[in-house]
This record gives sequence, structure tokens and C-alpha cells, in this order.
Amino acid sequence: MSEELWRMTAHEAHEGLRARAFTSVELTESVLQRVADVEPRVHAYITLSADLALEQAREADAKFESGTATPLTGIPVGVKDVIVTKGVRTTAGSRILENFIPPYSSHVYEQLRRSGAVMVGKTNMDEFAMGSSTEHSAYGASHNPWNLELVPGGSSGGSAAAVSAGECLVALGSDTGGSIRQPAALCGNVGLDPTYGRVSRFGIVAFGSSLDQVGPIGRDVEDVATMLDCISGHDPRDSTSNPEPVPDVRHYLGQDIRGMKVGVPKEYFIAGMEPGVRARIDEALKALEGLGCEIDTSLSLPTTEHALAVYYLIAPSEASANLARYDGVKYGYSYREGASMWENMEQTRARGFGDEVKRRIMLGAYALSAGYYDAYYLKAQKVRTLINNEFKAAFDKYDVIVTPTSPTVAFPIGAKLNDPYAMYLNDVYTLPASVAGLPSINVPCGLSEGLPVGLQIIGNFFDEGRIISAAHAFETTFGWANRLPDL
Amino acid sequence: MPCNLKRMSLTPDEVLHIARLARISLTETDVARFTAQLSGILEHFAALSALNTDGIEPTTQPVPLYNVMRADLVASSLTRNEALANAPEQEDGLIRVRAVLE
Repeated sequence: MSEELWRMTAHEAHEGLRARAFTSVELTESVLQRVADVEPRVHAYITLSADLALEQAREADAKFESGTATPLTGIPVGVKDVIVTKGVRTTAGSRILENFIPPYSSHVYEQLRRSGAVMVGKTNMDEFAMGSSTEHSAYGASHNPWNLELVPGGSSGGSAAAVSAGECLVALGSDTGGSIRQPAALCGNVGLDPTYGRVSRFGIVAFGSSLDQVGPIGRDVEDVATMLDCISGHDPRDSTSNPEPVPDVRHYLGQDIRGMKVGVPKEYFIAGMEPGVRARIDEALKALEGLGCEIDTSLSLPTTEHALAVYYLIAPSEASANLARYDGVKYGYSYREGASMWENMEQTRARGFGDEVKRRIMLGAYALSAGYYDAYYLKAQKVRTLINNEFKAAFDKYDVIVTPTSPTVAFPIGAKLNDPYAMYLNDVYTLPASVAGLPSINVPCGLSEGLPVGLQIIGNFFDEGRIISAAHAFETTFGWANRLPDL
Repeated sequence: MPCNLKRMSLTPDEVLHIARLARISLTETDVARFTAQLSGILEHFAALSALNTDGIEPTTQPVPLYNVMRADLVASSLTRNEALANAPEQEDGLIRVRAVLE
């Protein structure tokens, strides 16, 4: 029996654990066996923590004995390697942090441990979360479990691949411009990027501080809601963490969505969208209509086309400041053979960072430099306000906004690696909500050419509940939940 | 200071200057590659300059909070050994660095 436990969703596994049909140790052993079977082909993890996972599983079983278990107790989870975990190597996908053993834990990992979840390991990612394919990982690309020659998306591609391949039941990712939703779309998972400020960034290796958020990836909407409830809430250690009370989003599962006002912005249906993606999205809109939603395709968000430029000026600018800390002095890789302090620092960064990270640091340094600050960085911040204002006006009229998550299905490894701008275009549908700080969810809406297509549902600020209601109703009527590829 | 966003391409000297600001050593082939790639990316940003943003306030973060304060209390933090554990080189409980002034 135990060899197939890895196929379960977290909520199914919770029922089994509660009924004592199996133990967390058995569940964890099943996942670890699956990892042993498929990880050489998928490469979802940078670091595995099998011994720790079994120790945590034994603690979880004791919680079930003592009656203190929660919905995530004993559930094997993958944790993106941008999330700092005390005592467990955290690289952020970078050579510069290859030997970094954190002396403290992030807020989200503390929350997972408090709930009794089991950490299988640290999942692969584009270096410092900069990328849309995991090909920018210093530890090699992950492979899409639906077709191993294709990318899983990124930057949380390791988390999405691990969930689809059965190498964990649920995972944490992080999203700066689409890094949870896009890989969830390409791997056929549910992935949620919370409102900026909903989840503490304490202990998240910083990329773009006004954009970064941690969120869950799972095999169905219920698991994602459960994970979000675990990690949400105020944390005084992150001064951008929102102090407002957090509703239990699991209450939004199974809601009737009749009468929900759905805006479909025409600017998202552009050249570059694959016909197969378009067809699945059109069908999904019909399904939402069938659920009683009022679909309005006359919505226009004209500044949408500028979100990409805004994002790729603001995020690299913030990154160039955040990544200044990697100087080879306090921690991380350190070149020490140079003739001077400056030569050591410049060689540390030249050897420790990959090309995409260097490009973004330089882009940011340029946008912030004397003579260009007003034209690039400040201009981008002002256009950011225009984008936010458009969304605010739209949410006066609509409950949610629905778009495709990605213009294409998963693409071959290597196809876009030498054309940075082509890679940036993967995020064209996820960037606007990120720039505005709005919550959004990817929910699978079928296959095109045998590969998953994702529907994006964007909500108003702190209205995660409503996008979960919409995604759950859609998932229930569509019947996709927990569909795993043959591997 | 307004500047001409019509000229979107970077010169190799400008790339070297940016790399120096960012403290990243570049080889000659790096400079050639990044000059072409960064120029290609910047071309796509030119359209921003056509948008009218007169009187529009910049957004520094999408969900702003103001004057986030906390009580000034003594609390435990990392021990010296924990803080030093990842340092590349240490001596007498301190991080050892190269001379900054030569």
C-alpha cells in the first residue's frame, strides 16, 4: 500500500493520518522512495534533507498520538531554496551561497514547523529567483515531469516539478514577477501569489523587495488554501508585513460563485499567445459562465503592455541594491587570491554570480545611475502608479480578473537561454498583478499538445478568499484536481 | 534631469562603467556579450518615455504602511559563534578582511 502514498493530495493524506491508515513516517518513506526513483530524471531538488524529514515525520506521528495535529502535520513539503532554513544549506540557486548554512530560519519555515509539516528538501530555482525556466540555476535545470525535455517554468520550477512528480505533496515557492504562477501553469499545478504584505518576507533571500512574496504550490486548490493559512499573517520582523487580521481562506472553499463579476482584459489576448492556450482559456471562460459568473470581455487595461518594462527596471534596480551584500566578506563564496580588497570583491562577484544575475545587477545599476535615474527608475515607478490605478478602477466594477497565466505551454530546455528578452516575455501575463501587488492564482484548465495550460485569476488587495472560491469552483466543475503525469 | 531615451544602445565603455559600479569584474568577451544583450533589453523600454506621467506620484511599494514602529526592547539575537559561522576567514572572534586603505 505504502508505495503509492505519494500520489495523495495533502488533505487526503491528512484524512489517512488522522484515521491511522498509515503514519507520517510511512508517507514520508513513500515520498523519499519516489524521490529516489525519479529525481535523477527530474532534478527538482538542490538539497535533500531525508534524515531530517524522517525525524520530523516521527515528531508528527507523536502529534497525532497526543491529539495536537493540524492539517499539515506529517505532510511532506518541498521548500524553495530561496527560503532560509536553520541548519539546512540554503543556496538560492547560486554558486555564491554554495556552502551557506543559515544560523536562523525564515518566518514561513517556522510556521511550517509549528504546524508539524515535514521538509523533504530545498527545491531548485533560477539563481536568486531571476528567471522563468530554472535554467539559470547554478545547479542545473529541472525537467518538466510532463515531458522531460522541456522546462518546468521558473523561477520556482523545482517546487512545481516536485509537486507534479510526486517528490512532495505540496511546496513553497516565491513570486516576484510570476515565479509561482508560471511554473504552476507549465507543470499543471495550482499556485498562489499572495497580496504583497500578506506573508512575511523575513528570512527570504531578497531579490526585489517591493515585489517578493512567498506562496504555495499544490495539486489542488484546497491544499493551496491550507498552505496559505499556515504561512499568512503579521510578523513584526518584516516591516512590510500587513498587521490586518487574516481570514481563514479554507472557509472560501466550496462557495457558490453565481453572480461573481469577472473582467477579462482584452490586452492579454495578444500576438504571441499559442492557439492551443487561447482555446483552453476560451473554454475556461465558458465554464465560469456555466457556474453563473458574469463574464465581461470589454475590460481594457491599456497600460498592461508597459508592465514588462516597469518590472524589468524596478526589480533589477532593487536587486542591484539587495545583492550588494554578496561581497565575499561576511558569508558566501570568497575569492582571496587578488592583490587588493577591491579585486577580491570584483572577482568574488564575477565568479559567484551567473550571467542572468550579472545582467540584472548591471541593468539595475544603470537605471539607478546618475543621469538615468529620472528617465528609467523614477519613470518606471510612476508608470507603476498608472498600472495600479487601472487595476483599482477595474476592481470597482469586477470581483476578479481572469487571464491566461502564460502565453505558451512549456518550451524546450535551451530554446530561450541565449535571448534574455524572449525569456522575459514568458512572464508577460503575470507581471502586471505583481507590479500592482495583487493576489493571483494559477489553476490548470486543460492540455494543449499534451501539456498543461493555466488560467490566472487576479483578486483585489487581500481578497485571496475570493480567488480561492473562484478557482475551487472552476477546479470542481472542470475535474482536473490532482492529475499527475506518467513518469 | 531629462535625458535622451531615443539612444537606447550602450557602448562597451558604459558597460565597463556599470560593472565597476556593481563591483563585477568582466572579461573582454563578457563586455561584448553584455553590451549587445543589455542594449537589446533597453530598446524595449523606450516606449515608457512616451507615457504622460505629469503629476503622477511614484509607487515605491504597492501596499504602503507608514511609520512602522516597534517597542525598543532588549531581546536575544545570534551568538557571536553563530554570526561568524559562515565567515570566509576569522580571527579572535572577528571577521578578517583585507586592508581597505593601502
